[in-house]
Amino acid sequence: MFENMKKLIKFYEEVLSMPHRQEIARELRNEDDLFMLLLYSEMIGIPNPVYYYTLELYPHMIEEFHDWHLRMGMDKSPLNGIRCC
Amino acid sequence: MSAILVAVAGLVIFALGYRFYSKFIAEKIFRLDPNYVTPAHQFKDGVDFVPTNKFVLWGHHFTSVAGAAPILGPAIAVYWGWVPAVLWVVLGTVFAAGVHDFGTLAISVRNKGQSIGTLANKLIGQRGKILFLFIILILVLMVNAVFAWVIANLFITYPASVLPVFIQIPLAIWIGYAVYKKNIKMLVPSLIALAIMYATAIFASGIPLMQIDLVQYMGGEDGAGLFGLGAVSTAFFIWIIILLGYVYIASTLPVWKLLQPRDFINSHQLVVGLAILYLGLFLTNPEITAPATNPGAETSWLPLLFITIACGAISGFHGLVSSGTSSKQLDKETDARFVGYFGAVGEGVLALISILAVVTLFANADEFTGAYSSFTESNAIGLGNFVEGAAGLAGGLGIPAGVATTIVSIIVVSFAATTLDTSVRLMRYIIAELGTEYKIPALTKTHVATTVAVASTAALVLIPEGPQGFGSGGYLLWPLFGTSNQLLAGISLLLISLWLKRLGRNYIYTLVPMIFLLFMTMYALFQQVLFTWSWWGTDSNMLLFIIGAVNFVFAFWITITAVSVMTKKSDEPIDKK
Repeated sequence: MFENMKKLIKFYEEVLSMPHRQEIARELRNEDDLFMLLLYSEMIGIPNPVYYYTLELYPHMIEEFHDWHLRMGMDKSPLNGIRCC
Repeated sequence: MSAILVAVAGLVIFALGYRFYSKFIAEKIFRLDPNYVTPAHQFKDGVDFVPTNKFVLWGHHFTSVAGAAPILGPAIAVYWGWVPAVLWVVLGTVFAAGVHDFGTLAISVRNKGQSIGTLANKLIGQRGKILFLFIILILVLMVNAVFAWVIANLFITYPASVLPVFIQIPLAIWIGYAVYKKNIKMLVPSLIALAIMYATAIFASGIPLMQIDLVQYMGGEDGAGLFGLGAVSTAFFIWIIILLGYVYIASTLPVWKLLQPRDFINSHQLVVGLAILYLGLFLTNPEITAPATNPGAETSWLPLLFITIACGAISGFHGLVSSGTSSKQLDKETDARFVGYFGAVGEGVLALISILAVVTLFANADEFTGAYSSFTESNAIGLGNFVEGAAGLAGGLGIPAGVATTIVSIIVVSFAATTLDTSVRLMRYIIAELGTEYKIPALTKTHVATTVAVASTAALVLIPEGPQGFGSGGYLLWPLFGTSNQLLAGISLLLISLWLKRLGRNYIYTLVPMIFLLFMTMYALFQQVLFTWSWWGTDSNMLLFIIGAVNFVFAFWITITAVSVMTKKSDEPIDKK
């Protein structure tokens, strides 16, 4: 009985927090996208004085890079060096 | 006749509908495939596309679609007696709403989780998309206006509910902050908030000082208000302006700050409301005192019954939720039956108890007929009767009458306010999209679009004259809300039928509800626009005439589109599976 109550409360909490979790994830993704934009701003013609250093982040970014350029409306990878698709 | 008998009979038919009819639709018509890779898995991104357990998804879907509309519609429609209302709610849910909600979910899952609007573009073309956008625009405008009136009306009738409702706002902001910044789980804070609200309600019911009664401040109903208006008109005007100001702020803030935490609190209220009503019903075992039918009704039930009860029998609004969010989170395709069909059943259960709350309120049939003297009168008093009737049922749980009416009115206000927040936000998006479509860049700006949304709502809710003067005529818009809602459902059913046709399957099960809905909607609009609202009609009203005429043109347009796309031969299958 007690176990079932706990299950029910857990279920209820999950129902409640579902849209909220989604919203937090969306906010985070937007922040990440902005960060990506800062890194790759050269691509859209915004000069980036630290471009040379951001190159070092590529290996860490390569997984997310593909999703990002799709979200930004670029079907193919805009960089020759990164062939994700 | 015992109300419990009717409730049990209704619930049994819902259960049978889910058990047999939805199974047949799932297996033979939609042919759901447990191995199909749903968009939630295919495009999994942790944000929009997240595979979710079907019970959790159903819970979320149900709390998104259940609002004040399945309460208000049935409370008005009992004017024609309780039998027609119960029959339409029960049969409409089983054969129309279930199929509609389930179908929009299934079609969206098979099309990358795209929304009904995008699918209209794909299946009908650009014309379909624009038509769809305009119909939603009219629908959300109606929702805004009607629900702003509903809240203002409840604040004036039950002044004890004002303070608890307004206390919800700082509480929601606090929860939003606590969850977002401090990473606290939200269940406990939102329950605490609910407890504070209800405690305030209990105090406010007993202490007149805590009741914010604008009419009383201006010297009662016969007192003089501002700008030469009466006290009640001024109170309506002030509440509507305050509400629209609040909605403007709420819908432009990030959702986690105010909207979502309010939704958490209101989700509890849905559970509390249903529990109070059904427990109260089973504990008090009231008799249905209203007449089964109303042969003396001046206004015929055909076709108005089918647009008066929209949510609770079939509602186009659900298609937006099904195809907009739920379809992106469906773990297995076969879960669509539970989430979609059972979601509609949940709404039907709420509408059923709304009917029973009203028809058990009066002492005898004569009192009922005296109160529900005409259709216009029913529109005006339906909501108040639901609150009183629900409070009567709550009495079975030992809740004092004064406290019960306050709590029930808080629940209804909360539902209406949540819907209002969402629909103003939705309206903003649609105005922005139309701005993009017609190259008017100014409309895509957040504050411009919200201003347009709020200003048009204010105009619509303040212009119709009600029996209590300026600002009190919002209920006159209810039939128009019904028609626009049914038009949207008609489009969704058309898209599902078209999709099934292209797959070479039997589409009669979605086509019949569509024809029925479009016929009833056009019939109702034709009758009301030509004989009631026109300048030669019985109750001339230019504003309603214009909106009604626009709705009629849309209905006609959908019918023409339906005939042309359904009879086209050159359709190639759109889904290879």
